[in-house]
Amino acid sequence: MNRTDWETVIGLEIHAQLTTRSKIFSGASTAFGAEPNRQACAIDVALPGTLPVLNRGAVERAIRLGLAIEAEIAQRSVFARKNYFYPDLPKGYQISQYELPVVKNGAITVQVGEGEAAYEKTVRITRAHLEEDAGKSLHEDFHGMTGIDLNRAGTPLLEIVSEPDMRSAEEAVAYARALHALVRWIGVCDGNMQEGSFRIDANVSVRPKGETRLGTRREIKNLNSFRFLQQAIDYEVRWQIETLEEGGAVQQATVLFDPERGETRVMRTKEDAHDYRYFPDPDLLPLVIDRAWIEEVRASLPELPQALRRRLVEEHGLTPYDANLLTASKELADYYLTAVAAVDPVLAKPCANWILGELAARLNRSGIEIGESPVRPAHIAALARRVQDGTISHAGAKKVFEALWAGAGEDVDAIIQAQGLKQVSDESALEALVEAAIAANPKSVEEFRAGKEKALNALVGQVMKASRGAANPQRVTELLRRKLTA
Amino acid sequence: MPAIDLDRLAELARIELTAEHAAAFRADLERVLALVDRLQAVDTSGVEPMSHPLDLPQRLREDAVTEPDQRDVLLALAPAAENGLYLVPKVIE
Repeated sequence: MNRTDWETVIGLEIHAQLTTRSKIFSGASTAFGAEPNRQACAIDVALPGTLPVLNRGAVERAIRLGLAIEAEIAQRSVFARKNYFYPDLPKGYQISQYELPVVKNGAITVQVGEGEAAYEKTVRITRAHLEEDAGKSLHEDFHGMTGIDLNRAGTPLLEIVSEPDMRSAEEAVAYARALHALVRWIGVCDGNMQEGSFRIDANVSVRPKGETRLGTRREIKNLNSFRFLQQAIDYEVRWQIETLEEGGAVQQATVLFDPERGETRVMRTKEDAHDYRYFPDPDLLPLVIDRAWIEEVRASLPELPQALRRRLVEEHGLTPYDANLLTASKELADYYLTAVAAVDPVLAKPCANWILGELAARLNRSGIEIGESPVRPAHIAALARRVQDGTISHAGAKKVFEALWAGAGEDVDAIIQAQGLKQVSDESALEALVEAAIAANPKSVEEFRAGKEKALNALVGQVMKASRGAANPQRVTELLRRKLTA
Repeated sequence: MPAIDLDRLAELARIELTAEHAAAFRADLERVLALVDRLQAVDTSGVEPMSHPLDLPQRLREDAVTEPDQRDVLLALAPAAENGLYLVPKVIE
């Protein structure tokens, strides 16, 4: 029997915590890290008689995201109660949206892979809806009881639900990363995954290649890093294929990923799946969003990463791969654009190379964010300019970069001067050095004339040495060749 | 009319039913479902689903922190509290 070829099908549900100052239905603060229950007001703890009042800022952020993914913004959407009992959910229900979400039918196109194998993938986004977060249960022992901190209760979330459009863990990670970059880009979510501001649930199933019906899915809950997303999907896919190939069946279930063991384990099966009994929340009227508001929000959006990527490829001549890297965050893109604005457009590529090469490596190694980089965009522009006009060699530019990084000065030309990195390109000075080298190394000269190309390198080396590295090696080579073949 | 799974409903509502209660609830729920059946029979095509009896849009508040810290007042209302936390019977899912 032929082994079956399997196809992986993945859909993601992502909870993005919105960057509002106050909660979605109350005026309590959302600041991270407060002492327990200092930011949980009467509404958040669900005292009888309190009523929710919707935060305009949360709605505005939902509209921003909706516009950024080219979705429909519902003119009328409805809040519903999702009913379940858990002590960190004091009302006994979560206010969410069910049948009529605020955002529906969007999509984003993402880059998957690198180099030759890179391709574009469009992932459709079914919906994004507003809801409130729950509090936190602390299970360490309080005389056999559980402690409840409700600071997080009522924090606004946008749940962004994709179609099952992804066909590999790589595509899922590329989509999650692109969405993560996008929500930060438009300022609706800080994207801090350690603090739980961006949490991913992955619905994963497999089916024989060519099959059009979906296989039975399992949902991996609460992944808080892209690495875990990749590992959890890889494990889950392997497990499902093995199970099916051994003649077993996949049961619909919710699973958790254990990063220590690198495997998923069942949290609950379909039999004990929750029945949330959604119904419209009578405490909240329908949310109505008029055209004027949508247009106002649209006008306030920055150029989006996808549009900028296209511009960097078409106008700046960068590769799609580099354009993708430079638009990974707004800070990085702004840094690049500031540098390029200061130079001739033909220097866009060298600027990109400096930023993605030397600078990215240094930032990475020292754990510094680009906003705090001691090497500023103006420095990158000056470096690119001085290499292009032949003032310094690339090796010299690296030394200037080191000096800038170490805070040795602000002015690139002054550093070049102080470190004697200026290349000698002056014909007569070079000519003197070249002639001296020829006179002092008859053996190399003879070898070169006898057809030994390598002998030329030795002569170039002599000239470079004599100039203490200041000669422009390209010009030296040209000059030597001319003199020796004359 | 769908069968009523009373145990499941009690579980979802986190209430404990005695046999006596169960019989009474079952009779009540059957009457409710009979009423729903009558409503289901009405032709509602072309009627927009109503999510709220008031024909008004939701009022919005500005995004500002307006609630002061009232932790001590609120914690004092709870049956048990310690270290700024509400305490509840141990739960582990």
